[in-house]
Amino acid sequence: MKLDANARYRKSHEWVRKDGAQYVVGISDHAQESLGDIVFVELPAVGKAFKQGDAFAVVESVKAASDVYLPMSGKIVAVNDALEGAPDLINREPYSGGWLVKFEASNPAEWDGLLEPSAYEAEASKE
Amino acid sequence: MAPFAGYDMPISYPTGSVEEHNICRRSVGLFDIDHMGQVEVSGPGADAFVSGLVSAPVLDMADNDARYSLLLSEEGTVLDDLFIYRLPGKWWIVVNASNRHADVAWMKSRAPASGVAIDDLSDAVYMIAVQGPNACRLMDLASGGKVSPMTRFTSAELALALGGRSVKALVGRTGYTGEDGVELFFPAEDAHAVWQGLLDLAAAHGIEAGPIGLGARDSLRFEAGMPLHGHEISPSINPVEAGFKWACDFSKDFVGKAAVEAVAASGPARKLVGLEVTGGVPREGYVVLGPDGKETGACVAGMFCPSVGKYAANAFVRPEHAKAGTVLKVLIRDKEKDAVVVKRPLYVPVYRRQA
Repeated sequence: MKLDANARYRKSHEWVRKDGAQYVVGISDHAQESLGDIVFVELPAVGKAFKQGDAFAVVESVKAASDVYLPMSGKIVAVNDALEGAPDLINREPYSGGWLVKFEASNPAEWDGLLEPSAYEAEASKE
Repeated sequence: MAPFAGYDMPISYPTGSVEEHNICRRSVGLFDIDHMGQVEVSGPGADAFVSGLVSAPVLDMADNDARYSLLLSEEGTVLDDLFIYRLPGKWWIVVNASNRHADVAWMKSRAPASGVAIDDLSDAVYMIAVQGPNACRLMDLASGGKVSPMTRFTSAELALALGGRSVKALVGRTGYTGEDGVELFFPAEDAHAVWQGLLDLAAAHGIEAGPIGLGARDSLRFEAGMPLHGHEISPSINPVEAGFKWACDFSKDFVGKAAVEAVAASGPARKLVGLEVTGGVPREGYVVLGPDGKETGACVAGMFCPSVGKYAANAFVRPEHAKAGTVLKVLIRDKEKDAVVVKRPLYVPVYRRQA
């Protein structure tokens, strides 16, 4: 599985990366591969606040709809509009063009509790 | 992979469902559909028996003709849908995998004491479909040019040169994708020779071809307006509700006829419609709301349709909401999403595109 060395991960297959003062979130390469072709993405409204672990988006593949959970508490400041016309960006570029949202962290210390790439890889390979 | 009617079936190959769908529309898709069942009916009483068993007319079929039909209960609901081939001296009936054993039991329970033999040949027979605009060209290469001259909905016994063997196959100019192509029936021991042989032959002649999983099989048939048993048709659905009166021959007797006629006369309580949905992927079981905001029905299938680039569902709704252009709502994760009734099929099958 491909990993982004600069990102931290959740067991539920989201990645989060520092992006200046903000954070950017997506789903892992392992997740997109398990889901199969992504055909629709439902993103939250900009300005909406979520707690760590809240479902903030839905990714729909050919097979099923899956909730995506925010790895840290925060307020949405941007959503990836390109996914509306090209949801398969998540399949093709899970760590770059396929990002979901950017957020402002309300508790930056939560970062330290997330999985480092090697730890996530170990978790994901158990599946 | 996923379990399906006792078979381990690929939802998609590494290609991915959307691209598999597109390969079939663009060139050639190969479908490993050995799970489908094949039942042979023969004997002096076979013609009369088959005619009385299935909804479609069959006695007018010439040898080697193929025709779609329904298998109905006495209550006029759909036990299964079938492809029936009239072969010299026998009937060859293709049934759905999940209904195979029930269909065979049903046929035997209706058969006269003598004069009709019913043989389930599913285990000995392998089935592969070859579908797409280049499918007949590929099959011509394997058959010495014998497939292109066949008319649609006919069949022929052909010798196929594949995988270094000569494989004797029943070739039907039929399919389940909306594309031209064939369905092949041949001895199970030739399965690998045929599958790999077709892929190799295509590669050798520069014809793009790839394997198609269940996901793309579903989106191909859905766009083309073909039903999937357990969804658009089922043992709780009447053919009139699902728009399959055309597959019933009311000039003959068949099991379930009286019940179907009664529904046709009184008008169905619900009708199958196509819905184009905005803002989400409709799926089986999702509730449909009428213009009055009240529940009018539910989706029986729904998905992203790659060839039309839309999200669409098939749903049963109250008849007053079934007209094309009617604006409805589909509840997707408790949110109302816009849906409009559209004419089916979304993708007009190649062989129906007449001037």
